[in-house]
Amino acid sequence: MRIEVKDLSYIYSEGMPFESVALEDVSLTVESGEFAAVIGHTGSGKSTLLMHLNGLMKPTRGQVLADGVDIHEKTKEAREARRKVGLVFQYPEYQLFEETVLKDVCFGPKNYGFTPEECEAKAIEALKLVGIDPDEKGGVSPFELSGGEKRRVAIAGVLAMDPQVLILDEPTAGLDPKGHRDILDMVCRIHKEKHLTILLVSHNMDDAARLADRILVLDKGRLAMDGTPQEVFSHYEELHSIGLSTPSSSELLHLLKSKGLNVNTNIFNEDEAVEEILKAIHGA
Amino acid sequence: MALKDITLGQYYPGDSAIHRLDPRTKLIGTILFLVSLFVVKNFTGFLFCAICLAILVKISGVPFRYMARGLKAVIFLIVFTALINLFMTPGTPIWQFGILKIAREGIYRACFMAIRLVMLIFGSSLLTLTTKPVALTDGMERLLSPLSKIGLPSHELAMMMTIALRFIPTLLDETDKIMKAQTARGADFESGNLRERAKGLIPLLVPLFVSAFRIAADLAMAMEARCYRGGDGRTRMNGMAFTKLDTVAAILLILYFAAVIALGRLPLF
Amino acid sequence: MSKETVIQLKDISFSYYTENADGTLNTDTDVTMKHSEKRFALDGVTLDIERGSFVAVVGSNGSGKSTLAKHLNALLLPTSGEVLVCGMSTADPDNTWEIRRRCGMVFQNPDNQLVSSVVEDDVAFGPENLGVEPSEIRSRVDNALNAVGMYEFRKKGPHLLSGGQKQRIAIAGVLAMQPECIVFDEPTAMLDPSGRAGILKIIRGLHEQGKTVILITHFMEEAAQAERIIVMDQGKPILDETPAKLFAHAEQLSALNLQMPFGASMAAKLSARGVDLPEGIITSERLAECLCG
Repeated sequence: MRIEVKDLSYIYSEGMPFESVALEDVSLTVESGEFAAVIGHTGSGKSTLLMHLNGLMKPTRGQVLADGVDIHEKTKEAREARRKVGLVFQYPEYQLFEETVLKDVCFGPKNYGFTPEECEAKAIEALKLVGIDPDEKGGVSPFELSGGEKRRVAIAGVLAMDPQVLILDEPTAGLDPKGHRDILDMVCRIHKEKHLTILLVSHNMDDAARLADRILVLDKGRLAMDGTPQEVFSHYEELHSIGLSTPSSSELLHLLKSKGLNVNTNIFNEDEAVEEILKAIHGA
Repeated sequence: MALKDITLGQYYPGDSAIHRLDPRTKLIGTILFLVSLFVVKNFTGFLFCAICLAILVKISGVPFRYMARGLKAVIFLIVFTALINLFMTPGTPIWQFGILKIAREGIYRACFMAIRLVMLIFGSSLLTLTTKPVALTDGMERLLSPLSKIGLPSHELAMMMTIALRFIPTLLDETDKIMKAQTARGADFESGNLRERAKGLIPLLVPLFVSAFRIAADLAMAMEARCYRGGDGRTRMNGMAFTKLDTVAAILLILYFAAVIALGRLPLF
Repeated sequence: MSKETVIQLKDISFSYYTENADGTLNTDTDVTMKHSEKRFALDGVTLDIERGSFVAVVGSNGSGKSTLAKHLNALLLPTSGEVLVCGMSTADPDNTWEIRRRCGMVFQNPDNQLVSSVVEDDVAFGPENLGVEPSEIRSRVDNALNAVGMYEFRKKGPHLLSGGQKQRIAIAGVLAMQPECIVFDEPTAMLDPSGRAGILKIIRGLHEQGKTVILITHFMEEAAQAERIIVMDQGKPILDETPAKLFAHAEQLSALNLQMPFGASMAAKLSARGVDLPEGIITSERLAECLCG
């Protein structure tokens, strides 16, 4: 599913004394099957943008189109389009409420009018997708699971609605390194297996560079940059000026360059950086 | 969203004479003002109360619009009360449709009650808007402390208030987040009949309770780690002392109350 | 002994379960955490922490590091063994308050540890509990807020602050009790990178001023700033080294799902490829210095 955002603006408490602009004329397109990372400071408008993408917030101006359908319309078509844009919030485990894991995952499809059998089938598939064994854990209370498992179940709750676009707002927040890696690996696997369009909000530039085909940079409610990781992360100064950084390897190479070592700074993973440094040292 | 419109309990920073009054003075003053609204017998009395209140609001520097936001949350209650009074008061009927009838006395009473409720809310919001919640609870604790001798846990009550005030915004935020998350899963909090709506609240209430318990557990531990062990032996950073301002306020308050009683005895409209 | 020991753990074990008379296990109802498989959250920990040192405790979730932290100021009492804080045993209820004053604690969730709806009143909470004189509380609160750079926010409500700012207020609240030792229990886990950097800077500053700092974290980059890193696994400390030496155990760390700091990992890879580098490189900055001479 293709997501098109056209001249989107959102103003909090318009007309009130504490009016503030959260988004200003944001236009972007995410193609079907693309993996895009959204980066930006806290308060740059990331969350506001995400909430517009599945109709949780109504734009002050502009529109959001999912495969050409304006998702903010009141039509049945628009509601169906909203279902296809799944949104996973930060700390999604805080939304769990049902008696059992399976019932909780069924909540989404049930709301969209699927039959109980369909709901269960979807829930089981979604649980398998996030790596939770439905036979073993399906009947357990979600509150008895570990932190990482809860988060997976919550993500399954969104996947069970059969979205074609999956938006994840910092899905690894608060997890330890293993949990962090596991969740991102899972997102990658889902992206490949289900050919979903993915939008991932992350504060981690290494993750963004490693996973995404496309980077969207937000700053003060505006789309500051939009391009491949290569393009976006080559703007070292610009990123630093808005309080962001480039991936660790590129940061190191910049440091080396500033100390006089002749290296290519546009390298975003560790192993390539090792090769580049070796080349520079031996060349020198 | 309605949740964010609750002005009650929100402090409006300022440094007016009203802000500077001792919280105990303000508490007693507010209680007297609220009582005076029940002493009032006629519209002239209300007009007097309203003028006095308006002067206080003016002094306090809290924008009127800001105060009025507090009304939004309870507008339903006010309208409901007014309607009940409008239709249920017996007397000279001036309009009738089937079983519905409106009496002259009904109109009078409906207006009377609506004004009283609005003034009650304005009066009490003025207290909470000009007094830091902490000062307010401190004031309450001190006013109630003589009662701790007869077993009233005044410190504990005040602590509960402090914590409640601290966590109201947090829980409102949490509610908003959970509602959004469930809406993203297709939950509908806005349509359906009463029963469906009540059932629809479960996906909101369960996570909210879980959050509240988690906050309570975390907070209890944090308080213990900071050596909290009840009110005994505790000191306070902000001592309270009555100033000249409070004396002036007390005199004005007595004059005000006398005037309200006097106005009630006069045969006015 | 060249340096004075401030905290001493003598062979402590801790279980969230209590044992019934018939030998079956009974879960402690006060504990919401579920430790389904392991009986002991801490299993025979013996440690000394020196006054003025900066110690990091790392480990993956469930390794027992947070349970350990809560033993350092009598929030939890060991099932067996003894914890001495400044020579006082945590098991003696008479010591509890003095121990908690001397050993303050900052928790993970910035929202759930602030008590008051006004910043300065929150910072005053600790000293008020200790019965400090009002004028003295005032000066302590001002100093503490200045120390964390939050003085201008003293009249604000915590709900208007960012996570990092709330965490600074929590630190100020501990500082106002004038502790000798501060335990940070994953203070940055819920913060964004800029909030995280701000808190770490404050932690380093506190150490430089002579406070004993114990930092519980699962970020190795943060732990690398300490003088000593203790790696916990399954309720036991399994490594206890300076950062420079610790990162030589790359394989063991990765088996424990702990991530090497980027600088250390790059240095290891470059050394393996024949680049001549000194040992103990941790940060990118140091690596760059060594590479460029």
